[in-house]
Amino acid sequence: MDSQAIATQPVHDAHEAHVHAPYLRHHFETVEQQREASSFGMWLFLLTEVMFFGGMFTAYLIYRNWYYPAFVVGSHQLSIVLGTINTAVLICSSFTMAMGVYSAEMKQRKALVGWLLATIVLGFVFLGIKADEYHEKWEKHHVPGLNFSIQEFTHPTNPEEKALPADMAQKTQVYFSLYFAMTGMHALHMVVGISILLVLVVRAWAGAYTQGHMTTIENFGLYWHFVDIVWIFLFPLLYLISRHQ
Amino acid sequence: MSEPTHNEQLNLEPTHHEHHVVGPKTYGIIFGTLLFFTGLTVAASYLELYTFNAVVAIAIACIKAVLVILFFMHIKYSSRLTKLTVAAGFFTFLALITMTLTDYISRAWGLW
Amino acid sequence: MSTATILKLPPQETARLPKRSYLNNEYGLKSWLLTGDHKRIAILYLISITFFFFVGGAMAGLIRLELLTPQSDLMATDTYNKVFTMHGIIMVFLFLVPSVPAVIGNFVIPIMVGAKDLAFPKVNLLSWYLYLAGGAFTLAALILGGVDTGWTFTTPLSTHYLNTHVITAGLGIFVAGFSSIFTGLNFIVTIHRMRAPGMTWFRLPLFVWSNYAASILMVLGTPVLAITLVLVILERAIGIGVFDPSKGGDPLLFQHLFWFYSHPAVYIMILPGMGVISEVISTFSRKRVFGYTAVAFSSVAIAVFGFFVWAHHMFIMGVSNYSALVFSLLTMLVAVPSAIKIFNWAATLYKGSITFETPMLYSFGFMGLFTIGGLTGVFLGSLGMDIHLTETYFIVAHFHFVMVGGMLMAYLSGIHFWWPKMTGRMYPEGVSKLAALVTFIGFNLTFFPQFILGYLGMPRRYAAYPPEFQVLNILSTAGATVLGVGYLLPMIYMTWSLKYGKIAGSNPWQATGLEWQIQSPPLTENFIETPIVDHEAYDYEWLAHQTEHEVQTVG
Repeated sequence: MDSQAIATQPVHDAHEAHVHAPYLRHHFETVEQQREASSFGMWLFLLTEVMFFGGMFTAYLIYRNWYYPAFVVGSHQLSIVLGTINTAVLICSSFTMAMGVYSAEMKQRKALVGWLLATIVLGFVFLGIKADEYHEKWEKHHVPGLNFSIQEFTHPTNPEEKALPADMAQKTQVYFSLYFAMTGMHALHMVVGISILLVLVVRAWAGAYTQGHMTTIENFGLYWHFVDIVWIFLFPLLYLISRHQ
Repeated sequence: MSEPTHNEQLNLEPTHHEHHVVGPKTYGIIFGTLLFFTGLTVAASYLELYTFNAVVAIAIACIKAVLVILFFMHIKYSSRLTKLTVAAGFFTFLALITMTLTDYISRAWGLW
Repeated sequence: MSTATILKLPPQETARLPKRSYLNNEYGLKSWLLTGDHKRIAILYLISITFFFFVGGAMAGLIRLELLTPQSDLMATDTYNKVFTMHGIIMVFLFLVPSVPAVIGNFVIPIMVGAKDLAFPKVNLLSWYLYLAGGAFTLAALILGGVDTGWTFTTPLSTHYLNTHVITAGLGIFVAGFSSIFTGLNFIVTIHRMRAPGMTWFRLPLFVWSNYAASILMVLGTPVLAITLVLVILERAIGIGVFDPSKGGDPLLFQHLFWFYSHPAVYIMILPGMGVISEVISTFSRKRVFGYTAVAFSSVAIAVFGFFVWAHHMFIMGVSNYSALVFSLLTMLVAVPSAIKIFNWAATLYKGSITFETPMLYSFGFMGLFTIGGLTGVFLGSLGMDIHLTETYFIVAHFHFVMVGGMLMAYLSGIHFWWPKMTGRMYPEGVSKLAALVTFIGFNLTFFPQFILGYLGMPRRYAAYPPEFQVLNILSTAGATVLGVGYLLPMIYMTWSLKYGKIAGSNPWQATGLEWQIQSPPLTENFIETPIVDHEAYDYEWLAHQTEHEVQTVG
């Protein structure tokens, strides 16, 4: 059998129908390969994010088990109303983002821009509510390391709340450390996401994603949904600890 | 027997799969379901279920996450490789938690 | 010295470097600093990690100088702490982790799978800039006064009790970690999605399998280090109490999270080196690697098992006895795939036509030294032994045997093996063999006494030690001097070879693998036409058939 020589095809068929989509990068053979490679790459990046947040979830798991009473009382300091609203806001934004991906696939430029703008607005609403919550924590001296006071936990102003002994009250600092670290890191990811969205909206308006190449929108959508999923777990773990007490 | 042409051989690689477009109706149903489960988890937190409170909360969160992953992130319609990748991520996360817990669960000191 | 060699160079009177290659298709600083070409990025990495290797090496020199005498007389103990910390941080994160993947892997993997470039060239370039940024932060920490926590950043020392530049160093490693993540991500996507037609998984060179396994570890493990460093930085900067016992935190949680990455990190470091060994041993025994499937699957097994053994770094730190038992058992198991590889390489050598060119010399060094290092790792995995040997020089010797005697030798083996492909020129064989010998002798003289020192009880990370240990320490320092010469020599002759080395031609080693079927140095696009693969890996009959028909590569 004649073995095929490697890399020595006699004539490079440069004049063969070298017509390809303008967005096909030259190191890829086909658009399909490029699309699948970039999607796979995005998923791998999301895996790194899972492990990144995973470290904090591990810490949370251990300390909630160790200091459950402190975590209960700490959780009661958060506003369940604002938390629920924020969860609904993020779920809405995931919906609008998914609709944006659909619009890009259907090549509807204006619809895509609309859905992306909606996602941005919802993102800002989330961050606004978060900022308000953080401000409230600062006011009540619940920011660990900076102005933390256990007064509220040893002598609760809310008559339904149980007073904690001083040493367990100290442990609420761990709860709030995790609260700020986890929601802070999540908020940082939201900020990055919104920044990217602003760029995407401008380019979407110019028609960049409604001419057959919507991989960027698709992959960004994956990122946005991931950030939503993180919050889906943060909400019950931080806000809903033992509300029945 | 003719040799396959160069281009035909290039196309032999099995990397293709159907590019499924998920429609607004599916998105809408999932959206509604997610909001429903959010309400459910808030309601459940007001019930006294002892240790099961945490179990229920995590279970509902997992259901919501799975819905987002399957439908919003299109995993239901993705290639086997993508599904495997997602599974690998969760598997590693579970390894982190369970192996760390082997230490914390079996310690005699430090528990409150 | 044997004169038998498989080296086959084109006639030097008429040989020329190819007219067009990745090195000369574009000129100017911008064409290098903004390149997407994986080969150019590999060269950029080569220069950067060599720089950091010498900084880390200088730190090592200072350590050995201090340890010549039992007293802490060359430097204050605090300064000594800073020196060994910087040595560790630089060598682990800025040299060993990127060495084979970022230099050799970047260069060779796309060609080995038959692609024109990695999947994400821009991400590849970003990866290099992140590496530089991480390196810059680390150098800043060094220049501003150093860090003295040890490369392991153990809490609460790092968060509470020191006022050195922990945050700067932590940020440096955080950024460098993302460099590693992006390299791994690129490799995984490339290997899955960009293989040429006919290049099935089981026709891939084993170098690709090893780097694939290491890339999985990079992508899944490094982020945990990232979040751990973030938490340490937050604790230092703001005072959150996640690892602080006085606020209810557990210092051991830091160690769990840190070692969850740092143990897989040692496999990230060694697996690509093992990939080099597979290629080199096969080429210089003219024989396919024995048990291809076993070696391929062991690479992946090492990666998977590697995630389950981290607490063997914490046996004396306060983990429960039961979890120590579990981790000890798993540690015994993780040694098995590594051993399988050593056995398979030995079986490859059996009845092979062995020649002793420099890459092969380094590979032989690897096989012996890695085996010793690996076996001592098994000793340390046993709880009873570890209680006595941990935090002594036995540990130091163990990891230097696997990392320096193993990994660094594999890196040098790979650099020498692929040098003709990367540059088009041969390094000088005579002096390179000498350098390999000097390195081997220097290495053993440096680190073997440390096993004895550790066994006798000399603790690690101490500037002062009991006087009865001085003789062994002097031997070790003498060895370090020899080792330094062994590492300086390649710097000199490799640079020399860029101008005066013999022209190599496309396949001086007569090796199999797609990278040897194209010109040296390669074209920017690697292949003129997409290759179609129809033979197995390490198929020397196919290669002989090719040569018979005198297939010339087009330059």
